[in-house]
Amino acid sequence: MTDVHGEQSFWRKYIFSIDHKIIGIQYGITALFFLLFGFILMMIMRWQLAYPEQPVPIIGWLLGEEGILLPEVYNSMGAMHGTIMVFLGIVPLSVGAFGNYFVPLQIGAPDMTFPKLNMASYWFYFLGGIVMLASFFVPGGAANSGWTSYPPLAVIATMGQTMWLVGMVFLITSSLLGAVNFITTIIQLRVKGLTWMRLPFFVWAQLVTAFLLLLAFPPLEAAGVMQLMDRLAGTSFFLPSGLVVSGQVLEVTGGGSPLLWQHLFWFLAHPEVYVLILPAMGIVSEVLATNIRKPLWGYRAMVYSAIFLGFMSFIVWAHHMFLTGMGTVLSGFFQTTTMIISIPSVIILTAFLLSLWGGSIRFTTPMLFALGFIPMFGLGGLTGLPLGLAPSDIHLHDTYYVIGHFHYMVAPGTIFALFAGIYHWFPKITGRRMNETLGKIHFWGSFVTMNGIFMPMFAQGMAGISRRLWDGGLSYQFAQDAGVLWSNELISISAWVLFLFQIPFVYNLIRSIKGGEIVDDNPWEATTLEWAAPSPPPHGNFTQVLTVYRPAYEYSVPGAVKDFLPQHQPEEG
Amino acid sequence: METIPYTVEPREDTGLINAKLGIWLFLASEVMLFGGLFSAYIFLRLGAVSWPAGSSILNVPIGTFNTLVLIGSSVTMVLSWAALAGQRFDRFRLYLGLTMLLSLLFLVVKGFEYSEKFSHHLYPSSSSFMAIYFTLTGLHALHIIGGLVVNGYLWGPGSKMWASDPERFTNRVEIAGLYWHFVDLVWIFLFPVLYLL
Repeated sequence: MTDVHGEQSFWRKYIFSIDHKIIGIQYGITALFFLLFGFILMMIMRWQLAYPEQPVPIIGWLLGEEGILLPEVYNSMGAMHGTIMVFLGIVPLSVGAFGNYFVPLQIGAPDMTFPKLNMASYWFYFLGGIVMLASFFVPGGAANSGWTSYPPLAVIATMGQTMWLVGMVFLITSSLLGAVNFITTIIQLRVKGLTWMRLPFFVWAQLVTAFLLLLAFPPLEAAGVMQLMDRLAGTSFFLPSGLVVSGQVLEVTGGGSPLLWQHLFWFLAHPEVYVLILPAMGIVSEVLATNIRKPLWGYRAMVYSAIFLGFMSFIVWAHHMFLTGMGTVLSGFFQTTTMIISIPSVIILTAFLLSLWGGSIRFTTPMLFALGFIPMFGLGGLTGLPLGLAPSDIHLHDTYYVIGHFHYMVAPGTIFALFAGIYHWFPKITGRRMNETLGKIHFWGSFVTMNGIFMPMFAQGMAGISRRLWDGGLSYQFAQDAGVLWSNELISISAWVLFLFQIPFVYNLIRSIKGGEIVDDNPWEATTLEWAAPSPPPHGNFTQVLTVYRPAYEYSVPGAVKDFLPQHQPEEG
Repeated sequence: METIPYTVEPREDTGLINAKLGIWLFLASEVMLFGGLFSAYIFLRLGAVSWPAGSSILNVPIGTFNTLVLIGSSVTMVLSWAALAGQRFDRFRLYLGLTMLLSLLFLVVKGFEYSEKFSHHLYPSSSSFMAIYFTLTGLHALHIIGGLVVNGYLWGPGSKMWASDPERFTNRVEIAGLYWHFVDLVWIFLFPVLYLL
């Protein structure tokens, strides 16, 4: 038996903690830091795109004597923006922080099944983050071959790429340990009465996500090992024979295939897309159900959709590779699977939308963010369809259209859901509520500016502007002729204003820890089990032994005294 | 609630203890890791202009010997667990010790194979075949070392648990065994693919 109680030293309690809640908070703080860091990288890049080759204000001195963002630094920043946002920001926040903190609480467990493993996965993540940050200071700067690290470019790139690979090995290890822990916890530690169809949708989303992490990440680890071998041991896994670099034939054995990397990378990275979106859907469903005061419409359909989504996400990866000349048979297969996988997402989104019908909606800050998620994710999804079909993808591939599409998914999509989660669960973590006025300023400001950033990108992309232009298209005649470059400035200004609207959020978050309005254990009058624990929950989580008697979202049950019936309440009354 | 349940007693509806489910999940991810490398092997071989027969480069008798060594270590691993189930701690030590010796023997033989290749100027950079050979067997050797560390812990300091919580200790040995059989199984795929095909 593992004792999770008892006196603990400061180090055990706050630094090398094995309590899932402390680990969740550690993940949360680290991930928020990386989100900010990745955002700052982008704000610098946006200066260069709006005002090419003009010295960057405020932090220009960091970039060299003239303060201009040089092409090689721009490439580093682009690669690291993607890497940091995906692997160090969003996934650690949605899975590491929210998953760690709330999955055990929502299933009524005292902790995760393997608390020490849980601690190890945080520290592997932390180490991976340190390696990624350190890579900015090695000769040649951080990785500069895009977040996808396509060879042969990545194999012949500067030392930062080696650091990237080492960092990724740490992050993958962290994810694997975490995934094993999440799945065992959800399967083994549900309290009595909490059957599969009574689980909150958030837990389902985390379960499917954990399976994706468990099974999709190892092939990337294999690919990472092979790229490390290519870079350090002189192998040619990804280098074809007769490769010419700067006019010289590269002296390698050759015989490798750059496409092999693309296959292995996207075998991870497509399920990764669902790793980014599923926990967000989970959070949104919790926030929606609480604030519409009625059960979620189509809960079962949502659960089956999430599972189906998980399976399908393993057989769509090559829709990222339509330009590789794979032939019509393969491309036909992947176009079909891609069209099929859009169905479960639509089902889930429709369930969210129909849930609103007839609800008595409480427009709290978390609800605003959850409501914002629905159309934003919808836009991201709809604009993805032309990318899933080869005939249109061939034109749009690697343009700003693609950037606009997936950012609608993850920025006003997933990140809005994460904000919703922070406002929704802050009272559970601290016992205090965040300020509503500041929250609403944060929401409306972010909502408008997010669209100001990503909407013009669709137009730019459809006009054919490539996503990799360092000068925003200044020196490219085709870009000048397209007549859409004026929006570069609009996008950049929107990005900086978006930053300004995060200030009330950060202020609100920090101030509310000590100064927020004190609330009881269940301030939103919610039904799921985390609200049955004290706020903040003590080590070991619950003060009483729980039994679950009903589905997750029993709101406004006819005949009941109150408009919500907590899952652990035996009889209404 | 004070403690995490199902560390020793299986949960009723799943019939599993936590650690056993955990190790199966971990092994599933390992299947995907080696699966990734095996598919790389297939991909490279299909695309190659010519591919050497493994037996023309690698030493099949030594490989066969090492296969037998690993299978033997799997047998002793099972015996060590069976000894614990039969309350024979001394035999457990003997068999787990044998498992570790056999895995050391495997690594020593592998080391000789590597140095023989190096002395013939065959490095990972020599050809696609040598690249995948060194990567696959190297990663496998790392797994052997990992198993040695775990088994060494269970043989040495970890065995104190036998006195305090024998049932849990037996479970631990069983789970280490599952891992060990998996590492053995990977080799059983590796050997024909690299040495014989």
